[in-house]
This record gives sequence, structure tokens and C-alpha cells, in this order.
Amino acid sequence: MSKMAKIKKEKQTAWQRFCAWVNGDTADRPLMPADPPAPRKTKTDKNKKQKTVSSRKEGIELNRFGSIYRICAVLIGVAVVTVLMVTVLQLPLFGSPDNPAVNEVVERYVEKGLEETGAVNMVAGMILDYRAFDTFGESSVLFLAVTCVTMLLMRDKNNTSKDEDLLTAREHVIEGYEEDIILTKIARLLIPCALVYGIYVVLNGHISPGGGFSGGTIMGSALILFAVSFGMIRMSRFFTYATFKKVTSCALLVYAASKAYSFFTGANHLESHIPLGTPGAILSSGLILILDICVGIVVACTMYGFYALFTKGEL
Amino acid sequence: MEHLLINHYETAAVILFGIGFLNLLLQNNLVKKVIGFGIMDSAVYLFLASQGYIVGRLAPILVGEVANAADYINPIPAGLVLTGIVVSVSVTAFSLALIQRLYQKYKTVNFDEIVQLARQKGDE
Repeated sequence: MSKMAKIKKEKQTAWQRFCAWVNGDTADRPLMPADPPAPRKTKTDKNKKQKTVSSRKEGIELNRFGSIYRICAVLIGVAVVTVLMVTVLQLPLFGSPDNPAVNEVVERYVEKGLEETGAVNMVAGMILDYRAFDTFGESSVLFLAVTCVTMLLMRDKNNTSKDEDLLTAREHVIEGYEEDIILTKIARLLIPCALVYGIYVVLNGHISPGGGFSGGTIMGSALILFAVSFGMIRMSRFFTYATFKKVTSCALLVYAASKAYSFFTGANHLESHIPLGTPGAILSSGLILILDICVGIVVACTMYGFYALFTKGEL
Repeated sequence: MEHLLINHYETAAVILFGIGFLNLLLQNNLVKKVIGFGIMDSAVYLFLASQGYIVGRLAPILVGEVANAADYINPIPAGLVLTGIVVSVSVTAFSLALIQRLYQKYKTVNFDEIVQLARQKGDE
């Protein structure tokens, strides 16, 4: 009979097991118990007593291991710092122009960058034109991080207890009728400014310091301020999980498609027909503006998503 | 010694890296481990940024028609630091989410206690 059960368990598809693991249902996995740990100081029956004895022994072992571990850790840390310090001694002097890092790559980027990418801000030209594939990877990493955090923290019927449900219900009631006057007044003043400033930083990424990542963070902080001061219910009127998914994936797709086009034409020596414009104007430097906007959208949504998932467990 | 003083940004980066590394190894609190990781990240950014600087040159935002490479500092470390910041934000968020799940399960963020509780459950 038990064999049959075992076979049945093995027959569960990998996907089902993965789902169960994500939801915290790990009945057949002894390492991650599904029920909360029992209070630690109960010694009623014999079994328990033996267990406490064994665990105490284990504790002593752990302690001994702990002290050895600590000494080793300090030694390793000191060794690492010493090796790095010796390396610093060999480095070229701070700010010297003959630093080997300043090589022909830098020369090429600075001297040819303006005519090849059209961006006045050389860093933007570098990360969104010469190394655009790398930046696409970064945006994907952010998207992946939000997806993982959503999988782990999103509240659904599987990972919420009744107490937590009651708590969220009470929070919703409080949000319904109580409004912090100081917070909301200041937020009404600050949110538009923050949003406009974020958009300015994104749109000027190729002309001045800034770009998609910094501007996106500013816009994300405006969204977080809105959620803090006006509550999640009002936030969900224009920003839900569905909009988050749509907006982020669309931005990533636009990025991938536009960059794939320029890679394709560049690799096959075709004319790309993307005008570079006059350097210094807002509508210039080809694809960099579009890519900056895409990155900004992804970053803003990600920042707000992290906040919402970590505080309320919902988006 | 004088070399270390002139390269004081790199020296500070190394010291910060050591602090973060020891924090990562010695703290029992998982959240503090993540903070140690963040300190290590900042040390790396400081090191990269100081490697890109050249005395008396402008930030790599081009001025004028003809760009001369001898007028501007190295733009590559700035791009590398940007990549590093994004990745470290993602890693921090992911590890904090994992820690929150561990706390829901074991009601503690102490690493040793979690290991002990997990072992006890494994014996039963």
C-alpha cells in the first residue's frame, strides 16, 4: 500500500511539485515543514524528552562548530583584505591619465561616439547603443526579480492565514475613512513634481546626466508616495497587477524589437533608416530615446512592485 | 603607505569590502547578512568609480563639435556601476523575499535557529 502511495507521489509531475513548493505545501519534504514550529519549551512525554536531549547535544556541537567558524571567518576576512590592500599598492595612482583602463576603447567611444550614436551624454550612448544588449539583460533581470518576488510573496488562499486576512480587512476599513491631512496635502504637492521630474530625467537621458534607470526610480518613488498617502484602494483604480504585467512586458518587447532591428541591419550592412538628428536636441540620437523610455517604465513599475509586494503582498 | 593615502578611494573601498564580507560571514541575523552584502556592493561601486576618474578632465558629456579623448574621463566604469546597481537591487529584493517566507515558516530570522528547527522537523 505504501509502495503504491510512493509511486503515486512520484507520478506527480515536476510542475505540480514545483507549484506545491512555491505555495509552501511541503508535506513530503521533511526539511521545510508546512505547519508552524511548535513552541520550543514543552517536555511532556518521553519522546519529547529524548528529542530535547539530542537537540541539546546538537546545540553544543553547533556551538563548537560556531566558534571554529567564527575564528575561520575572521581569518579569511583579514586575508582577503590584506590581499586586496597589496593589490591597491600595485594600482596606478589615483586620477592619473596613464591608467591602463584608459585605452583605445575609451578613445573610440569618446571621439566617434557623437557621430555614431548621436548622444551627447557618452554614458547613455555607451550603455544604450554600443552595449545595448547588456542593458536589455539588466532590464530583464529586474523583471525576473519582480516575478520571483511575486511568486514568493503574493497573497492568495494558499499562503495567508485567517489572522492575516482579518488584519488586511481592518487595514482596508481604516484606509476607507481615515485620511492623514498633512500626508495627503504634501503628497498632492509632491507627486506631480516628482513625476514630472522623473519624466524630464528620462527624456533628457541622452543630453544630460540621467537616463532610464535614474528617472525610472524617481517615477517609482512618486508611485510609492501615492500608495502610502492615498492607500492601495485608490492606487488600484489605475494600477493593478494586470496593468503592471501588460506595461512591463510591452516595454521589454519594444526594447527587444527595436534593438533587434538595429542589430539585424547593422550585422548585414543595411541602411537602418533611423535618423540620428542634431546632437543636443530632445528628438535625436536614434533609438536611445525610445530605449530610455522603455527602461524607465520597467524600472518605475519594478520599484513600485517591490514596495507593494513587501508591504501588502498584493499589487 | 603614501601610495595608500593617494589611492584613498581604493583603500576605503577595500576596507568597506572587508566590513561587508565579515558582516556576511559573522552575522546570525539573515537581514543583517543582506545588509553586509549591500556594503560589499557599494565598495565595488566606489572602486570602479575611482578607477574611471582622471584629474582635471570633464564628465563624459560632450561639449562642442569635435570631441577629443584627452578632455574627458573614462565613461566605461559608469556603465559598469549602473549594471552592478541594478543587479544588486534585484538580488537584495529576492533574498529579502526569501527571508520573509522563512520568517513565516519558522517565526525567526536567526540563521542558527532556523537550521536547528529544520533539523528537528527532519527527525520527526
